[in-house]
Amino acid sequence: MKFIIQIDINIVGKKLLQEHLDQMQLNYILRGTGEVEINEPFSDDKLNELTLGLKKYGIVIIEDEKSILIQKIKDAIIEMVYMDENSPITSGMPTFLSDKLKYSYGYLSNLFSSFTYTSIENFTQLQKIERSKYLIINTALNISEIAWKLNYSSIAHFSNQFKKVTGLTPSTFQRIIKKRRQVQIKEPDIETNS
Amino acid sequence: MQNDSIYVLLADDDEDDRLFFKVAFESIKIKTLVKTVNDGVELMNYLVDNQNKLPHILFLDLNMPFKSGMECLQEIKKIDYLKDVAIAIYSTSASEQEIEDAFVNGANVYIKKPHDFTTLKKFLEEVITINWHYLTSGLNRDCFLLSL
Repeated sequence: MKFIIQIDINIVGKKLLQEHLDQMQLNYILRGTGEVEINEPFSDDKLNELTLGLKKYGIVIIEDEKSILIQKIKDAIIEMVYMDENSPITSGMPTFLSDKLKYSYGYLSNLFSSFTYTSIENFTQLQKIERSKYLIINTALNISEIAWKLNYSSIAHFSNQFKKVTGLTPSTFQRIIKKRRQVQIKEPDIETNS
Repeated sequence: MQNDSIYVLLADDDEDDRLFFKVAFESIKIKTLVKTVNDGVELMNYLVDNQNKLPHILFLDLNMPFKSGMECLQEIKKIDYLKDVAIAIYSTSASEQEIEDAFVNGANVYIKKPHDFTTLKKFLEEVITINWHYLTSGLNRDCFLLSL
């Protein structure tokens, strides 16, 4: 039998991390989306053990300062995208980011662009469109409800942005994903082991 | 991740197209390593040989002798350990039906071959940048669809 599941990546990541830290019997606090504080002496051996243990799940420990700040910018943008109607995306994204991270927006913006091949604005747009894809696929919300939820001024504006980022209209996207799932259910995969 | 290059594999039977691709990739900002194969059969032999490193993204010409791009796509999607390789189809033709079929069969990107080199560079840069974000920013790869 086959079924479709819905996964909340944030919860999966957090649980995996907790299980690993618990297993190593560490005294820790999880701060926000991606920050762990260890309240005891932490040897390089233990750090290596943790790094290796998390690697297979695609969880990577970041150490250099700039990468940490880039990750914090990404996390703040994602937090903002998920705030719905109260999100400062349209009104005051620069203020939101500089207040939260205590750096000027100009600095954050330059740093982000030089490390990620994209601007904060484009990354935000990409994340918003990703969220709309998730809503299109996993909820019963219609296109106009999604446009409203994500702070687009109109359905046309949302559809245009969606098309600009993906080359497809929201409804074409929805149709393709539906068909894809039908194909996957109809033709069971041939078992091949890597 | 920033310092690693993106490994690109390209399957195309046209020698000129292969050359254009290689030159275009040399000029984009993200570091890439490009390998080419000449047709679908060579591609599948390369992919199933586990000595070979899997690409981050595979560019697949639709019209190839021996085995078409669509046949390759369908085969690849049935092989478990190849499922996570992003696949970009590119073709001289691009009817809505063809684009939709490619996506339904699991392609992530559909590029209509542009006529000029500047547009090709722009398209490839866009594909590689978006793909890079899917690799590094924890986005859901099942939702990665891009039509150019």
